[in-house]
Amino acid sequence: MNSALNNANNLAVQALPGGDLPIVVTIGNPNTGKSSLFNLLTGLNQKVSNFPGVTVDYLSGESKIGDKTISLIDVPGTYSIAAQSPDEMVAINVLLGNVPNIGAPSVVILVLDATNLRRNLFLASQVRELQLKYVVALTMTDIAEKRGIEIDISALSEALGAPVVPIVASNGRGLEELKNTLSQVLAGPMPEPIVLNVEHHEAATKFASEVEERGSPFHPFEIYRALIDKGGFIEKRLIDSDPAIAAKLEILRSELGGGRDLTTIEARDRYSWINAKVNNVEQRPAVSTLKGELADRVINHPVYGTLLFILVMALVFQSVFAWANPLMEMIDGATASISNWVYATFGESLFTNFIADGVLAGVGSVVIFLPQIIILFIFIIILEDSGYMARAAFLMDRLMRWCGLSGQSFIPMLSSFACAVPGIMGARVIPNAKDRIATMVAAPFMTCSARLPVYALLIAAFVPPERYLGGWVSVQGLVLLGFYFLGIFAAIGTAFLLHLTILKKETANFLLELPPYRMPNWRAVVTKLLSRAGVFLKRAGTIIFFVAMVVWVLATFPKSDDPELSAASAIEQSYLGRASQTVAPLFAPLGWDWKVTAAVIASFPAREVVIAVLGTLYAIDDPETQQESLIQRIRESKHPSGEPVFTVPMAFGLMVFFALCLQCVSTMAVMRRETNSWRWPIFSWVYMTSLGYLGALLCFQLGSKI
Amino acid sequence: MALTLVDLRLGQTAIVEDLLGDSIENQRLMHMGIVEGCEIKLVRKAPSGDPIEISLMGYSLSLRQNDARRIVVSS
Repeated sequence: MNSALNNANNLAVQALPGGDLPIVVTIGNPNTGKSSLFNLLTGLNQKVSNFPGVTVDYLSGESKIGDKTISLIDVPGTYSIAAQSPDEMVAINVLLGNVPNIGAPSVVILVLDATNLRRNLFLASQVRELQLKYVVALTMTDIAEKRGIEIDISALSEALGAPVVPIVASNGRGLEELKNTLSQVLAGPMPEPIVLNVEHHEAATKFASEVEERGSPFHPFEIYRALIDKGGFIEKRLIDSDPAIAAKLEILRSELGGGRDLTTIEARDRYSWINAKVNNVEQRPAVSTLKGELADRVINHPVYGTLLFILVMALVFQSVFAWANPLMEMIDGATASISNWVYATFGESLFTNFIADGVLAGVGSVVIFLPQIIILFIFIIILEDSGYMARAAFLMDRLMRWCGLSGQSFIPMLSSFACAVPGIMGARVIPNAKDRIATMVAAPFMTCSARLPVYALLIAAFVPPERYLGGWVSVQGLVLLGFYFLGIFAAIGTAFLLHLTILKKETANFLLELPPYRMPNWRAVVTKLLSRAGVFLKRAGTIIFFVAMVVWVLATFPKSDDPELSAASAIEQSYLGRASQTVAPLFAPLGWDWKVTAAVIASFPAREVVIAVLGTLYAIDDPETQQESLIQRIRESKHPSGEPVFTVPMAFGLMVFFALCLQCVSTMAVMRRETNSWRWPIFSWVYMTSLGYLGALLCFQLGSKI
Repeated sequence: MALTLVDLRLGQTAIVEDLLGDSIENQRLMHMGIVEGCEIKLVRKAPSGDPIEISLMGYSLSLRQNDARRIVVSS
């Protein structure tokens, strides 16, 4: 293990400006151990960035090979270079050096899984047609050995025209050799591309110069892909740039294909080449003893598999609540005692008020969710890396499709019962962009833990604590269950609507590799966890903090001259109070007075804040321990006309509002990050807020008539 | 009616003859190795019968009925 050495190297590297370093790109199929290899090369010193204009991330980092520093870019795992969507263009764009801020690659590391050579060679044969320098990293060689698969390294090297280095990513075997080979290739001569169908490439190159003369510069390789990938993304771009190209492209295709389509010809050409080569390269035992076959028989068994699945999910869920809650209470307690200490030590002043109720409350509202987010992330990453996630998707696909989603949406949706943030970040494994968006937009409807305090307060206040069937069924419990179902139905309805309207289902195939079971590599788990938690803290943290500050300022200023003024009256004449009184007529049809309006507005950054604000407005010092007195004040609260504000229809309307409304800046920030645009978070916010308003309106108006 | 992947019995192996439908629909299938002459085994079906799990070239793949129905095979 040379991780200490690696880290020391990376510290040295960090000091260097990263501008003119040679760029090394890793590319390969999913589930090949590519990320583990990338981690080995860069250590923990890596950065997650979005490619401009698309929803996929890439990892970048630096590594020291010999006395040289290289800049590494990891292309997301892909089975083919053909692109049907902008997201799938990433591989081609990186290889051709088309991505701003990333230069053209100096060397490409082709990551091939030794246990699955045939399918891995498909991508390799596509990439190898570019004029670039290559090194092949052959991963999973230890597992291949156990299964009795023998690979002739020099024959593989000859077939691909590039050096091949066997690697075991889990223990770092072969890493030094890979680095040495990299520096040799970097200094060595440029090899010739290996082109399988010369005729197609020549025609594409000729056509590319024709296209260029007409004023649309495209790389000959892009023209080649446009020719082959009928209906693909490059074809679309090409025709957008010059509609007359469509007809020319069709003529060229029929000339070259002679009755067969080029897409089929490409696939057959490549697989015949692969089969011919692999016969010399690989020896497989006649009877494949697939390890994990037995495990699969249980895990995917219609009955046992489903039971096991329910068990695993119950375990994940229980752990989140059992382990996260004590930690969350600790954080909550710590924030409270620090702010008490601030007041006790420095006295009541605008400054201590700012520190305690502004800064500390802001930081607290970010940190409080870290325990459950981290626990969920750990489970999600382990499920992903062990290969169980794909089995869960396989089991749940039919059911989830019936809900307008896909099998891979299940874990993200389930996680959202605790918190939508890991749910939305977990949706990144969904390869189909439309299913991914639908999952992200539907996820915030699931009843997250931040909604529970609101439900708890209002149910305790307005639902009789009666129990039936010998105490087994409580009315309050049934109402809470009802709100869980409201969230689920709203999520399903939304996914359905999205697919009927904005996200029309495309014809794309749903193909899901079921990778062999693997022991998750702790290093990879930790790296992923740190990167995801970091993203949450950085993106969500800064935005929540900012919004919390704004709310504090609005609720604090202008300051009253009267020092004896109660906290409740101080809010009343603050900007927040005044604004709420101005917009209160808008919410009057929901039965709200200005206080409820103010509490709801203040809780838009984070919905659980509503309890604290209501506490302040009804002059309760500590609304959490004094819930009884808060309930009492709420019940007594009256409209100016003398009628009570909180009636049963109004309270149910308020809960419906909290069920449907997107009062969570973290969710929006994470959605913005995952979709790389404000479009979907803003859509979700407007959609969910309108739905919440309508729900509360219906509830109050109809309820009041009964 | 031609025999397709959905008609296979669990555990049965067959050879791919043809893919029905147009090339855009089938491109991903072909890139995953489902091309003429490829040997495919039907491993299992999900509880509702959809999706199905197949194995080919030494790896496992899950696909939905509507894709599997377009894969013409001979046993």
